[in-house]
Amino acid sequence: MLSAITFIPLLGAIIILFLPSDNAIKRFAIIWSIIPLILATIAWVIFPTWPDFTLMGSYCPPDIWVASANTYLGECAPWIPVLGIQYHLGVDGISMPLVWLTTLLTTLGLFYSARVINERVKEFFALFLILEMGMLGVFVSLDLFLFYIFWEIGLVPMYFLIGIWGHDTDRPQYAAIKFFLYTLAGSVFMLLAIIALYLFSTPHTFDITLLTANRDNMPWAKDALISTLAFLGFFLAFAIKMPLFPFHTWLPDAHTAAPTAGSVILAGILLKLGGYGFIRILLPMFPGTFQSLALWIGVLAVISIVYGAFVAMSQNDFKRLVAYSSVNHMGFVILGFAAAAALTNEQVTSPELSNYFNNGAAAINGAVLAMFSHGVITGGLFFLVGMLYERTHTRELAQFGGFMAKVPIYGALLLLTAFASLGLPGLAGFVGEFLVLQGSYTTLTALTFVAVIGIVLTAAYFLWKVIQKVLLGQADEKWAKLPDLKGYEILTLVPLAVLMVLIGIYPSWILDTINQATIVVLKAVGAT
Amino acid sequence: MIQNFTLFIPVFPLLAFAIIVLLTRRNNRLSAWIAIVGIIMALVLSLGVFLESLAEGPELAQHPFYAAPIVWYPYGLATMNFGWFVDPIGSVMLFMVPTVCLMIFIYSVAYMRHSHVDEQGHHIQEDDPRYSHFFAYISLFTAMMLLLVISSSLLQFFIAWEVMGFCSYALIGFWSFRGLKEHHIDEAQVGRARGASIKAFLVTRVGDILLLTGMILLLLVTGTLDFTQMFNPDGLNNVLLADSPLPGMTWLTLIALLIFGGTVGKSAQFPLHIWLPDAMEGPTPVSALIHAATMVSAGIFLIIRMFPLFVVDSQTGGNAMMWVAIIGAFTAIFAATIGLAQNDIKRVLAYSTISQLGYMLAALGIGAFVAGSFHLIMHAFFKALLFLAAGAVIHSVGTNDMLKMGGLWRKMPITFITFMIGAFALMGIFPFAGFWSKDEILLEALRAGFYGEASPQTQTIRFVYICLAIAAFLTALYTGRQIFLTFFGKPRDEHAYEHAHESPITMWAPLAVLATFTTFLGLWNAPFIGAFTHYIGEGGLMGLPQAFEHTAFDQLAWISMFLSLGIAIGGLIVAYLIYGFRPVAAGQPDPFARLGIIYKVLVNKYWLDELYGYKINLDGTVQRGLLIRFAGALSRGSYWLDRKVIDGLVNLAGWFGRILARLWGWFDARIIDGIVNATASVTGEIAGWWRTMQTGDVQNYALIAAAGAMAFAIIFLLRSFT
Repeated sequence: MLSAITFIPLLGAIIILFLPSDNAIKRFAIIWSIIPLILATIAWVIFPTWPDFTLMGSYCPPDIWVASANTYLGECAPWIPVLGIQYHLGVDGISMPLVWLTTLLTTLGLFYSARVINERVKEFFALFLILEMGMLGVFVSLDLFLFYIFWEIGLVPMYFLIGIWGHDTDRPQYAAIKFFLYTLAGSVFMLLAIIALYLFSTPHTFDITLLTANRDNMPWAKDALISTLAFLGFFLAFAIKMPLFPFHTWLPDAHTAAPTAGSVILAGILLKLGGYGFIRILLPMFPGTFQSLALWIGVLAVISIVYGAFVAMSQNDFKRLVAYSSVNHMGFVILGFAAAAALTNEQVTSPELSNYFNNGAAAINGAVLAMFSHGVITGGLFFLVGMLYERTHTRELAQFGGFMAKVPIYGALLLLTAFASLGLPGLAGFVGEFLVLQGSYTTLTALTFVAVIGIVLTAAYFLWKVIQKVLLGQADEKWAKLPDLKGYEILTLVPLAVLMVLIGIYPSWILDTINQATIVVLKAVGAT
Repeated sequence: MIQNFTLFIPVFPLLAFAIIVLLTRRNNRLSAWIAIVGIIMALVLSLGVFLESLAEGPELAQHPFYAAPIVWYPYGLATMNFGWFVDPIGSVMLFMVPTVCLMIFIYSVAYMRHSHVDEQGHHIQEDDPRYSHFFAYISLFTAMMLLLVISSSLLQFFIAWEVMGFCSYALIGFWSFRGLKEHHIDEAQVGRARGASIKAFLVTRVGDILLLTGMILLLLVTGTLDFTQMFNPDGLNNVLLADSPLPGMTWLTLIALLIFGGTVGKSAQFPLHIWLPDAMEGPTPVSALIHAATMVSAGIFLIIRMFPLFVVDSQTGGNAMMWVAIIGAFTAIFAATIGLAQNDIKRVLAYSTISQLGYMLAALGIGAFVAGSFHLIMHAFFKALLFLAAGAVIHSVGTNDMLKMGGLWRKMPITFITFMIGAFALMGIFPFAGFWSKDEILLEALRAGFYGEASPQTQTIRFVYICLAIAAFLTALYTGRQIFLTFFGKPRDEHAYEHAHESPITMWAPLAVLATFTTFLGLWNAPFIGAFTHYIGEGGLMGLPQAFEHTAFDQLAWISMFLSLGIAIGGLIVAYLIYGFRPVAAGQPDPFARLGIIYKVLVNKYWLDELYGYKINLDGTVQRGLLIRFAGALSRGSYWLDRKVIDGLVNLAGWFGRILARLWGWFDARIIDGIVNATASVTGEIAGWWRTMQTGDVQNYALIAAAGAMAFAIIFLLRSFT
C-alpha cells in the first residue's frame, strides 16, 4: 500500500507525458492525485487501530520479500543485496499524518494550479507529481539509502518549479539555484554521515529501524567522534531544510519566487522533511549526542523564533512576510525536539519521573503536530497570498487595505488563517505550540521563556502587518472592482480551514496517532 | 441532575455564533434573534445549575459539581482532560454572566440601528452594515466566558480566556472592519478603533504569556491542571514548596505571581491597564460586555479560581498575595486620579472599571475572598447598567464628549434615573449594590489592618486601606463630575441637545432590569443577612477547608459603614461644589484644568502610552511609544542583518565558489590548451564562465564533496590503524 501511495504519482507523471491537451492533463492530474489521498486516508483510518502500530523492531528480514508486515504497513524487499541496501518502507503515527498532509496539499495545489498555470502545463503537472513522490518517499523510507534518494529526488522538480514558473520580478533563477545548491550542500554532508553509519555498523546496514534498535551495539555509537560527526552531517542537512537560523536565507527567496502551489508545497511539506529527519533519525539514533547539544540547538531554535518574528515584522512584501513567519514557526518545532532530546536517561526511564517522560512526549507530539498545523495554516496563507496576487498583481502590503469590506469571504478566511497562525487557542496553531512549550519548559526552562516572548511578536506582526494592512482601512480606488473569491478558490481553502478548526477544538483525533509513535520513539531514546 | 448538562451551557451561544456566521449573516433580524435565543437557552440552563448549586449550600465548595470526561489530548502516558467544575462562586457567576449578557444583547438590537439624515433631509433608521457580525461576535464572547466559568482545567480556562481576547479584538475594532462609504463613521474613528483593537490584543497577550508560563510550570510541578487534583492539599504543600530556579522563591510563589500576571493584563491593572480606556472605541454594548460580564471579570475570576494557591503561598511565607493587594490598591487610586480628568463619558467609566477591579484584587490580596467575589458580582451589574445608560446618552446626542452635553435629565428621564442608580452604586451610597460590597472590602481591610493581630502583612493592609479609602473619595468625585456635566446645568451644545431623545423601550427595559438588580441585589450580603457569605465563604474552597471571613456585625462594622458612606458623600459634595453649584458653561474650560501641571499629568495619563504603549490620537493616527519604536528598530535591524550579513555570507560562499571555478578553468586552459591559446581567449573564457556560473557552482560543490569524502576516508583509515 505504501508503495502504491508513493509511486502512483510517478505513474501519473508518466501518463501525463502522453496526454494531448492541457485540459486533459489538468483534469487527469487532479483526479489522479486523489488516489493517493484516498489510500492515505484509508491507511490512517485503519492503521492506528491495530495493536502495535509502531516501527520499532520491524526490521526487514534479509533476502525475503515481505509485503505489508502487519504492524506498520511495511514493505520490504532486497534491493542491492551486496551492499545490504533494502527496499524498506513503513509508517508509524509520526509519518502517517505527514504522508496524508502531503497527498492533501498536492491535490489542493494541483486543483488550484489548474486555474492559474497556463504555460508549459504538461511539464508543470508532471513535475508536481514527481515532487509528490519524492516527498512521500522520504516519509515512508526506512532505509537510509532509499531515504537519501527520495530526499534528492524532491529537489529537482522544485528547482524547475521555481525557476520556470516563478515570477520574473523575483529573480526566480537566482532563487532556484540558491535553493538547490544550499540544500544540496546540506545533503552532501548527510550522505557522508549515511556512509559513515554504514561503514561503522555491524552488520553493515542502512536500515533505520535496525540502526535504531541495535544502536548501542553499533561501533559508530561507541565512537564519540564518528557519532558526533555523523550527527552533525545529518543535522546540517535537516537544519538547512527546516530551516533553522542561520541556515534560513534560501527560504525567503525561494518562497517568494515560487508559483503559488510551489510555495504551498515548499512551506507545507518540504520544510517538514527536515523536521521529520530530526524525529526519525537524529533523536532515536543519536540520543547521547543530541542530548549534549540540545541546549545549543535549543538556542538556535529560540533565535529562529524571535529573530524570525522580528524580521517578518519589517517586511513589506506579503509573501516574504509569510516566508519569514515559517522561520518563526519552525523554531518551535526544533525547540520541541531539542526539549525532548534534553531529557536525561533517568528522566526517560524511571517510573518516578513519569512526569518528565510525559512532558518529553508532549514536546515531540507538539513538534509533530506543529509541523502538521504549519503545513495546513501556512499552506493556506500562501494560497491566500497567491489569490490576492492573481487579482492585484502586487504583493506590496502598502498597496492593500480595506479588503475586509471589499472582499468579505477572502477577508474572513484570511482572518481565520492569520489567527490560526499566530496561535489563537481554538485553532490549529495553538495546540502544537502549547505542547512544545509544555515539554520545553520541562528541560529548557529559561530558554523557553525567551521563546514565549516570540508569541507576542508573532501576534504583533500578524495584526499589524497582515490584518491591518490588508483587511482594514480604506480600499484604494483602483481596487474598486476587486472580485471576491471564486468557487474553486473557496473549495481550495475550505479543507484547510476545516482542519484548522478541527485540530484547534479537538486535537485528540490526530494526537492519538502521533502519541502512539512518540511513546515508542521516546522509550527507544532511553533504552540503554 | 441538571449539573450533568453543565457543559452544554456555552454550546448554545457558540452554536448561535456558528449559525450566524455560516448561514444567516445576510439576515439581520434573524441573526439577532438567533443570538438572543442562544443566550436565553444558556441562561435557563445556567439558572438550573445555579439553583441546584444553591440547594447544595456551602458544602458544594468541598464537593463541587465536577466531571472531566473529554480527553483533549494525550501526552506520553498521561492525558489532558476537559470537563466542568462548578463550586459556589462559579455557580454565582453562572447566574450573573448570562443575565447581564442577555440584557446587553437585547439592548444591542436597537443600539446597533443608527439614525442619520439623508440627502433629502429625512431621518432614517438603518441597521449597522455589520449588524449580524456584531451578534455573532458577542455570542462567541459570551460562550467563551461561560466556558471559562465552568472549566474544570486551567488549560480549558486559558483557551476560553484567549478566544475572548480575539473577540475583544474583533469587537473593539468593530468599526475598523468596514469601508468608509457608510454613514456614522469617519476616518478618525476607524483609525482609533484599529489602534485600540490591536492594543487590546497585544497588551493582554503580554499578560497571557505570563499566565501561560505559570500554567505550564504548574503542570510540570504538580503534573496536572485539573482544579480538583491541583488543589489536593498534599500536592499543594509538598511539591510546590521546593525552591524554584529563581533565588529566594518557591515554585508556589513564582507560579502564583506568573498567574497573577495574566490577571494584570486581562483585568487591566497597572502597568498593563493601558489598553482598557482605548477599548472604548468599540460600540457601547461591547464596552458593557467587556467591563461587566466578561473579559475583565475573567481576570478576577482567575485569582478566585486559583485562590488556594495564593493562600497556601501566603501561609508558607510567600508574598504573592501581598503583591496582588499592592497592585490592586495602587491601581484603584491610580486609575481614579486619571478618571478625574477625562471628558469622554465612556472613558470615565473605563477608568472607574480599572479602579474597581483594583478594589477586588486588593480585597483578594488581603484574604477577603468573599468581599472580593461579592464586589465582582455587584460591579458587573452596576457597571453594565452605567455603560448601557451612557450608551443611550451617546446614541441620542451623537457625541461622547461630556463638555458637549448638559441638562439632559429633562430629555431622557429614564436613562437619567437608571444612570443615577448605577452611579450611586459605584460611589458606594446606601442602599445600592456597590455600597454593600465596597463597604465590606473596606471593613475587612480596616479590621485586619488596624484592629487585628499584628502580622507581617499588617503594614501592607494598612496601605491598602488608605489607598482604597482615598480611591473611594475620588470615585465619588469623578462620578459626581460626570453626572453634573452630563445631566445637569444648561445644555452646552444646542444642536446635540435638540437631537437628544429618550431611547426606545428595547433599550431602556434592559436598563430598568439592571437598575432593579443594582438596587436590591446588594441585600444578598447585607451584614444583617449575609446569605452570600454563608454560601460562598463557609465551605472554604477545594484545597482550603477552612471557612472564609464571617465576621460579626459589630460596632466596627457600623463605624466602617458610616465612614465609607461619609467618604462617598464627601466626594459627591466636592463634585457638587465644583461642577454642580456653578455649572460649566459652553466653551468654558473644565474648572479642574486650573490645577495646571497636575491636570496635565492626568490628562496625559502619566505619559505611560508614550513610554511603553502607543498613543491613539483623536484623529485616528498613532503615536508610537519608546518601547514600540525600539522594537521597530530592532526589527529593521534584524532584517538588515539577515540580508546583508547572513545572506551576504551565503552569497559570499557562492561568489567564492565561482571564483574558484574560474581559477580552475583558467588553470585548465593554461596547462592543457597551451599558453598562446589561453591568452587569446581569456576574455571569452571569463565571459563563458560567467554565463555558465550555475554549472560552475555544482562542480565546486562536487569538488567539496569529493574533498570531504577523502577527508573522511583518511580519518577512518587513520583510526583503523590506531
